[in-house]
Amino acid sequence: MNSKPGVSPLDSPNSYIGKTVPRPNAKRLVQGRGNFVDDLELPRMVHLAFCRSPYAHAEIASIDKREAEALAGVVRVLTMDDLKDYCTPWVGTLDHLKGIKSAEQWPLANGKAFWQGEPVAAVVATSRAIAEDAVELIEVEYVELTPITDMHTALAPETPVIHPELGDNLCFERKIDEGDVDKAFADAAYVAEETFTFNRHTGVTLEPRAIVCDYNPADEALTLHMSVQCPHMSKNLYAKHLGLNEDKVRVICNDVGGSFGIKIHTYSDEMAAGAIAVMLGRPVKFTADRLESFVTDIHARDHEVKAKMAFAADGEMLALDFEDITGVGPYSVYPRTSGIELNQVMNLTAGPYKHRNYRAHGQVVFLNKNVMCQYRGVGHPIAIAIGEHLMDEGARGLGLDPVEVRRKSFITDDQYPYTAPSGAIYERQSHIQCMDKLVEMMDYDGLRKQQAELREKGIYRGIGFASLIEVTNPSPAFYGVGGARIASQDGCTIRLDPTGGITCITGVTEQGQGTEAIIAQVAATAVGVQIEDVRVITGDTDIVPYGGGTWASRGAGIGGEAALQAGKALKENILKVAGVMLQAEPSTLDIQKGNIVDAGTDNERLPLSELGRVAYFRGDTLPHDLQPELVVTRHFVSKGYPFAFTNASHACYLEVDTDTGMVKLLKYWVMEDCGTVINPQLVAEQTRGGVVQGIGPALYEECLYSPEGQLLNGSLADYLVPMAAEMPDIIVGHMETPTKTSELGAKGVGEAGTAGAPAAIMNAINDALSPQKVKVAHMPFTPDKILRALGKI
Amino acid sequence: MKKVAITLNINNRDVDMLVEPRKLLSDAIREDARLTGTHVGCEHGVCGACTVLVDGKPQRSCLTFAVQTQGKAITTIEAVKGNNDGYSALQQALHEEHGLQCGFCTPGIIVTFEAYLKENTNPTEDEIRDVLSGNLCRCTGYQNIIRAIQKAAAVMRGETPGAAK
Repeated sequence: MNSKPGVSPLDSPNSYIGKTVPRPNAKRLVQGRGNFVDDLELPRMVHLAFCRSPYAHAEIASIDKREAEALAGVVRVLTMDDLKDYCTPWVGTLDHLKGIKSAEQWPLANGKAFWQGEPVAAVVATSRAIAEDAVELIEVEYVELTPITDMHTALAPETPVIHPELGDNLCFERKIDEGDVDKAFADAAYVAEETFTFNRHTGVTLEPRAIVCDYNPADEALTLHMSVQCPHMSKNLYAKHLGLNEDKVRVICNDVGGSFGIKIHTYSDEMAAGAIAVMLGRPVKFTADRLESFVTDIHARDHEVKAKMAFAADGEMLALDFEDITGVGPYSVYPRTSGIELNQVMNLTAGPYKHRNYRAHGQVVFLNKNVMCQYRGVGHPIAIAIGEHLMDEGARGLGLDPVEVRRKSFITDDQYPYTAPSGAIYERQSHIQCMDKLVEMMDYDGLRKQQAELREKGIYRGIGFASLIEVTNPSPAFYGVGGARIASQDGCTIRLDPTGGITCITGVTEQGQGTEAIIAQVAATAVGVQIEDVRVITGDTDIVPYGGGTWASRGAGIGGEAALQAGKALKENILKVAGVMLQAEPSTLDIQKGNIVDAGTDNERLPLSELGRVAYFRGDTLPHDLQPELVVTRHFVSKGYPFAFTNASHACYLEVDTDTGMVKLLKYWVMEDCGTVINPQLVAEQTRGGVVQGIGPALYEECLYSPEGQLLNGSLADYLVPMAAEMPDIIVGHMETPTKTSELGAKGVGEAGTAGAPAAIMNAINDALSPQKVKVAHMPFTPDKILRALGKI
Repeated sequence: MKKVAITLNINNRDVDMLVEPRKLLSDAIREDARLTGTHVGCEHGVCGACTVLVDGKPQRSCLTFAVQTQGKAITTIEAVKGNNDGYSALQQALHEEHGLQCGFCTPGIIVTFEAYLKENTNPTEDEIRDVLSGNLCRCTGYQNIIRAIQKAAAVMRGETPGAAK
């Protein structure tokens, strides 16, 4: 599957592509020298705390802020009426999601509160502690309204409508009906069916959301220090809604303490901080605490799916038919909307397979719970779990091996490029090859033997598979065509410094996944310098080329290609200067390890530092007609395909204790194909971290709500996340099917782990439970659910 | 609330500060001593990001009042150093093994294991997983952190650890 372009800097002997290079920026992080938003202190800075609605749905009858205002150290107590001149409302819809609707959302509740945790009033004080004290002194009189918290009855005629101006509680709906689904089911040798529950959960970034807004009235300029994935998108939105000149809004994003899609949305408390900074003309800081994170960071999933899959007698999958309903919050989140997750489920379910009969119906309904939006994997974990569970069920029903059923059903190599019945287009994938490697890597036959032996002794182990596709490297088809000013292109500027080193300034951002290392590796390779001599700058909209940032697994594929092209162009410019200095044809020269060399022989001719010295300080010694251009910018937008789909095959081996219902994870394997692997260590670690964020919701994580819309477990003591003792070793293997949409050939890898793990875990548990003839399909698979399935409680 | 004058010994230096009795040690370290390497992740003692050493023992600084630590020796990530280019063996190993992503949890993990590896110079993987379960890392999946701790332990014992995987 290796088909890299013939003559490319990627193939040069000193290429860093495909090498494990420790991240340059990790050094300061292990020394506690990171630069996170909450670390920042500015002169005259004040702190924000929010009075939040304790009710899921309530009218705000009155707000008495006198006592709070009287507290020493309080600067202002503000309600929405105070902010109306400083901020306009927003509506989370996109043109290409036909029919999606939402209500106007304001930075603070505007007369009504729609979820528990919605900010109602803001306190500005000289310290966070004083601001929190003052919040306790605000007297809000609420009139409780009926909370709408059940997705199944949200559309019933007798259910009150959350936003009467919208007419009903339906946010978005989509239907697909391709091929002849009814005939396929009628003709099927076997039909597998299941009803799934995908639990509501959230990202739990260890660094909570944080923002420092610094408005300078003299310049009418707003600087936002944010922990965010998309600096330019934020710049646009804050300018738009705070009524500022966009060119005078600057977003600075330094270290980000975990993001996973959480820090990419418009949050009302953060927008309020911006409006208050403009109002007061002084820096304002807001850092969410953990409870605020749980009730306001976007939640994800919360889908119920009824699905059936048709099979031929030989195990080939023929058709899929499913109904999906998801309850989001009271608003569609701005600007990416709360319709995308469902849309992804519609687009991607059973994506690895060549069936032509596909019926899907999905509904997104509003609820009085915290808002929902794109979190790592976006729809994939649901789509993959539906398809992969039914594949296993089909195998069980037909008495076939689950691997064989998949092999029979995969899109074959000669069918690419392939358009799925949902309309998704795949350039080329390696499902068959990944599955072959996976079963070898895990010693599948050996495990099956061991499983059978242990069953005799009353030990129940299970093997679960998941083959998946993942949307990466999005083109404007994702958001741009829908009218959102979210860039899908990205740029990279590379400068040869007088020292002979290079500085790369990139529009993609770093949140720990290693973007800076990737950009450095690509740029060092393209220019021909040592990686120690590369510096990477990210995250500052006043400095970096306009770009989308890092989301939807686009950093390496899009940002990396821009760096490759910028590096190649810079090299050409450098060789032009070198040719003059060395009286040689530029085409006979090359750059290796920071030196101009004779191409082919690598005979050293001139260090780049000498070329830099002459070009920057002794231009007088160069010919009149030579103006060295040692700074180059290149951009890249993915064309030809809307997305570069990656693929992977996962397998999980676990043990279920049928007396306690506990699941013990024994081992986990992933064969992933993200195209060109730039840094195997980083790819493996993105995969592992992703898998663990899929294990979490499969086994532990759930945002539990009462029927009144109260979050019942808003602390890390109550909301369980994966810890070291429970996690298995995760073995990662690589397959490379580069995308031809770029020279680099890299696709994304950030989300595939999260996409596949819930399916693999579910399948392994059900495989373990198969001797008992029971199944579970309601995540998370906590001991009580397993014991209930076994009839023990 | 009336403030009290206290002196904390942080990283072998006395720091005078005027704090409310309710002020958490984590906030005093970050806001008054201006040492921002100690991170606050949950403020209720679960995530372990704010871990510092108090008289050599790991302690959640978010569950400790600053006034309680007068007269004690507080050590934060900023004082963790070593002979490897200024790194300790553990810091070096975490970097090499990619035992961190965003780095927000990392100071708490380093401080915890700088103390633990003095107590147990040759821990098993299970022992490491047990101790590490006091620190939430949301990015990595822990595997590389464990490899890094094993590697650091080997280096500290004077052995040459196996090559990185």
